[in-house]
Amino acid sequence: MSELKRTPLRDFHAKHGGRLVDFAGWEMPVQYRSILEEHKAVRRSAGLFDVSHMGEVDVRGPDAARFLNHLVTNDVAKLFPGRVLYSPMCYPTGGVVDDLLVYRRGAEDFFLCINAGNIDKDLAWIREQAAQFNVTITDRSADYALLAVQGPRAAEIVQSLTGAKLGLVKYYHFMEATVAGVHCLASRTGYTGEDGFELYHAAGDAVTLAEALLAAGQSRGLELAGLGARDSLRLEAGYPLYGHEITAEISPLTAGLGWTVKLDKGADFIGRAALVAEKQNGASHRVVFFKTGDRRIVRAETPVLDAGGATVGRVVSGTLSPILNEAIGSALVTTAAAPSTGAGQAAQALAVDIRGTKLNLQLVKPPFVELKKSSA
Amino acid sequence: MSNIPADLRYAKSHEWLKPEGDGTVTIGITDYAQNSLGDITYVQLPKIGATLKAGETFGVVESVKAASDLYAPVGGTVVATNAALDSAPETVNRAPYTEGWMLKVKPADAAAAGALLDAGAYGKLVG
Repeated sequence: MSELKRTPLRDFHAKHGGRLVDFAGWEMPVQYRSILEEHKAVRRSAGLFDVSHMGEVDVRGPDAARFLNHLVTNDVAKLFPGRVLYSPMCYPTGGVVDDLLVYRRGAEDFFLCINAGNIDKDLAWIREQAAQFNVTITDRSADYALLAVQGPRAAEIVQSLTGAKLGLVKYYHFMEATVAGVHCLASRTGYTGEDGFELYHAAGDAVTLAEALLAAGQSRGLELAGLGARDSLRLEAGYPLYGHEITAEISPLTAGLGWTVKLDKGADFIGRAALVAEKQNGASHRVVFFKTGDRRIVRAETPVLDAGGATVGRVVSGTLSPILNEAIGSALVTTAAAPSTGAGQAAQALAVDIRGTKLNLQLVKPPFVELKKSSA
Repeated sequence: MSNIPADLRYAKSHEWLKPEGDGTVTIGITDYAQNSLGDITYVQLPKIGATLKAGETFGVVESVKAASDLYAPVGGTVVATNAALDSAPETVNRAPYTEGWMLKVKPADAAAAGALLDAGAYGKLVG
């Protein structure tokens, strides 16, 4: 086994009972106490997640805005300093290289947050695309640690450790703030569907900040939360995960992320022609979200069957919703089997076979649970 | 460290068995097994009256992580199942040797339990 990479919080996790596993080549806590209990703590109060494995990239220079608008599908031109933008980054085929957050710090100063498992691939891709632009691309992944505090009491917990007026930071905005004496980029974003902050900070400060957040949070119901809860929370919120709902073969339109694809943003971008064609001709498949009314988890790669028993797709994510107490998931299915629901277009009965039991899929427009995140 | 009660017998596939003195045995999964599985979300058990063969699957235990087969430590007839696990499968995590029991079985061979591991041998297996 090759050496696993570690975040600056690896020993913090071990000390607090984290169960460390290999996640995309990183030794990360999948859980501390219980995935289900950590999930519920985030919906009820707050959770603290180490997501330092995520990659960070500086994009700076006179062409930075124009370059990023060419690189990603969402509209970077509309992003002003202090704002955050979620966007896929596509291949010319319309398939997804990765999904990322774009932070604008200044006119020519941007910062990207990318998926841990895609850092090397993304950097190579971004640098290749940047050749014709006057920009400097710098991998900052090793410099930064990232802690996410998520849940209805997250803002209160972070606020208790800073004099910065976090109330001024709206959803998908950020500010520089000193939290527990640690300089942070405090971003009002997250991957749970709850309100909260993601705090980027120097790797050497991670233990100080994590201990301070844990101490400030425990009396307010905060629990340490691992990657297991992070995955069930994101699925319950209906957020895509790279490699599941979006891949090099699944475009953002197929994945239901049409709101992030600005075909008419006034700039050509990588994948635009393919995505225009997909929009005009209709996609062959689409990602749907489902629940079953049963506790048996419908795991990724399970075939999806139509009423006649023919395979019309496959499950791409599946878990048990700890809030609904039933299986939830997402599946890539043919549009013929699951037309987007419009007038008179009742979806066919879709089902899965779990160890000999047929379970019908009830299609759901996510989120699966009511979310209380602050409005964008 | 796993909890391994001294008065139980164990299968290498991580089920425990407790002779009840009335000719039946109670079966569940060990603390080591529940801890390895993580949050248990579903337990699928046979019907009362079903016949088990030693070493063959009698059900499935699912966690957030994976679904795993359950293996009969002895052959026999199922005389009771723990219906409470339908709605509260997490009981197996919390109390694997008591409230989290799965089956009561009348063994086909009353001496079969003797062939299973004792606590010391099972402790070495999972140690």
